[in-house]
Amino acid sequence: MASHDPDPRPLLLGGPALGLRLIVLAGMAAGLMVADHREHHLSAIRDGIASLAYPIQVAVQAPVQAWAAMRESFARKSRVEAENVKLAADNLVLRLKLMRFDALEQENRRLRAVRESSSRVVQRSLVAEIVRVDLDPFRQRVLVNKGTRDGVFRGQAAIDAAGIFGQVTRAGPFSAEIILISDPEHAIPVAVNRTGARTIALGTGRSGMLSLPYLPQNADVIVGDLLVSSGLGGVYPPGYPVGKVTQVTRDPGQPLLAIEAEPLAGLDRDPEILLVWFDNAVVEPEPEPEAQPGPAPPAAVEAKPAEPRPVEASPAGRSPEAAPETPPAAEPPP
Amino acid sequence: MMRGQRNVFGWGRVVLLTVVALAAAVVPLPRGVDLFRPDLVALTVLWFCLLSPRLLGLTYGWCAGLALDGFKGVLLGQHALTLTVIAYVACKFRLQVRAFPPWQQSVVVLCLLWLNEFLLFWIDGVAGHPVTDWRRWLSVPVGAALWPLVSGIYARFASRR
Repeated sequence: MASHDPDPRPLLLGGPALGLRLIVLAGMAAGLMVADHREHHLSAIRDGIASLAYPIQVAVQAPVQAWAAMRESFARKSRVEAENVKLAADNLVLRLKLMRFDALEQENRRLRAVRESSSRVVQRSLVAEIVRVDLDPFRQRVLVNKGTRDGVFRGQAAIDAAGIFGQVTRAGPFSAEIILISDPEHAIPVAVNRTGARTIALGTGRSGMLSLPYLPQNADVIVGDLLVSSGLGGVYPPGYPVGKVTQVTRDPGQPLLAIEAEPLAGLDRDPEILLVWFDNAVVEPEPEPEAQPGPAPPAAVEAKPAEPRPVEASPAGRSPEAAPETPPAAEPPP
Repeated sequence: MMRGQRNVFGWGRVVLLTVVALAAAVVPLPRGVDLFRPDLVALTVLWFCLLSPRLLGLTYGWCAGLALDGFKGVLLGQHALTLTVIAYVACKFRLQVRAFPPWQQSVVVLCLLWLNEFLLFWIDGVAGHPVTDWRRWLSVPVGAALWPLVSGIYARFASRR
């Protein structure tokens, strides 16, 4: 086994030197950990490592992606056709809804402007693809292929077509790490849609389950209730679906209810998600609602993130960095 | 420190092995199987420390650990610390361990991997986000069981011109 170590020097390594190196290196590692955990001063180092790691992470998921692409290309024609028909029908329905919705949105905006209250509706979104790498099987985190170069910032909300997905915990130049709402370190302020009761939904570490441990025994919650984001804390836009209550356990011996809910977003199935910008600030009155969307950033679907001001709600104790420096261009389009 | 070693194990191979080990730490595996993922970076560090500690020792463990932290997006420095510690133990006892038959080496590796995981567990707890799921220890026996295979493959890889 040792045949490739033909070094003629003495076999025993210098004891003191080895111990000294251990102490120095361990001290450096401990210093890094403290700096990273307490102060968040290491974003430059972390960005550097993340940029170096990103190509490898993408290369690692390439076989998985190729397999998916191959399955896609061998998909049955009939299935694709059926899907197409269904999507066309969906599209029609959504367009009809949108026509009504556009008018309502404008009206809502004007009314809110009159009352000088904040609108907090999603104004711009960015599609990000999930990079299929396993970060840690015991934490619910994913990596996406958009970073600070695309304007992604820490504390930004991520949603998918069905509901709230999570928020950005770390934004590197090319990639960002997202903590899912089901991560045990994550908590999201929610409201029960039927009654308006506000509480907090905690992640459990399993992608199919949230827990709501802070409602009293006499709270009006039943199985099937829809939970929507309440918007408190300012990280998530209010009114977006979060989950459905699946189980309510009333144990008279306990002061609080034990409630379980199932997240609506496809936390472990989504190939891509939306990173959203929404306006927390007071909306200015808009004189010309029909303005063209200005020179929006490349992948931006909607215009103008006026001044996103993400206030941190969770995970606890972290303060987000500054908002993205996107130019306050045009009005939100009709 | 490193004179006379270059022809034994080129730096290109070191980098290649390290990158492969890092990639193995994040390669997507089916749900359930990923709990058994062996810590290939730790095995690589142990192998270098046991068999050519003059070429690569504690500093290599530290660098590989830092890279692993960056890859997995965990607290920067935690793998650097744990891999440095097990590299130190491996360097200290390498002469005894090298004389062992493979299965006894596996037992030693089991202990070192356990120490690695325990330190990670500890750091997680101190940093305020403990993972108390018992399944986090599953990777330790898997890594130890893979040790004869990994060390054999690395030895072949090292001896090839």
